Amino acid sequence: MNDTLGVVVIVAALAVAAWCAIAAARNRPPDLSHVIGVAVVELAALVLTVVAVVAMIGGERPGEPGTFVGYLITFLGLPPVAVGLARMEPTRWGSVILTVACLVMPVLVVRLQQLWEATGA
Amino acid sequence: MRERVNSGPGRVLIVVYGIFALSASARAAVQIGTKFSEAPAAYLLSALAAAIYLVATVALVRGGPGGRRLALICCSIELAGVLAVGTASLASSSAFPDDTVWSGFGKGYGFVPLVLPILGLYWLRRTARNSGAGAARNVDDLAGHE
Repeated sequence: MNDTLGVVVIVAALAVAAWCAIAAARNRPPDLSHVIGVAVVELAALVLTVVAVVAMIGGERPGEPGTFVGYLITFLGLPPVAVGLARMEPTRWGSVILTVACLVMPVLVVRLQQLWEATGA
Repeated sequence: MRERVNSGPGRVLIVVYGIFALSASARAAVQIGTKFSEAPAAYLLSALAAAIYLVATVALVRGGPGGRRLALICCSIELAGVLAVGTASLASSSAFPDDTVWSGFGKGYGFVPLVLPILGLYWLRRTARNSGAGAARNVDDLAGHE
């Protein structure tokens, strides 16, 4: 799996997590800037997913393909779900929801990389 | 302001519970589906933990007295489970040859499984104080509550 893309997702997610945490600390609900931030993370996650799927079509296989695909789906699904829930919660806690989601994304990247490297591919 | 169990910080809890419900169920499904015979007890425990996270998520989403009671039961089982399994996995690692969510007090998940039920119980208690008819509303009542 592409390590550079993984780093891009991790850095973007942590930056947006910090941005959302600032909103939460200031008792603000998420505004458009936070949603755009999460969208950027989602976009980076989407690029990483496409690259991984192309590699899998090309014959590379992670150790546990089922688990890997499960993580990929969670990885892509989490940001939109978090934005949806944050919109239902237009308080500081909406900002906390986005912060939590952005903190989980790097964990998912690391898990995806571990699963990918389990083959030695 | 009156706080409901499924809004405000409660919604953050729902998000975290939802993530755990999803990841614990997926993990248990893979473990039981592909290598059940290796460590049946540990994998059944994984499935139990997953079920509790699922029920807790649903209970928190539903809210109300029923949801609150169910969430209280789930958080209590979770706390007991993570403490019991955490202690047991440290005491004899051979009893838990493969990791569950609760092994090592949830070490593999950044100790979130240990903190989550405590936060859940705290949140349920806090919202119980100002929800429903006849609930304690002022400082005097709070002091005598429970």
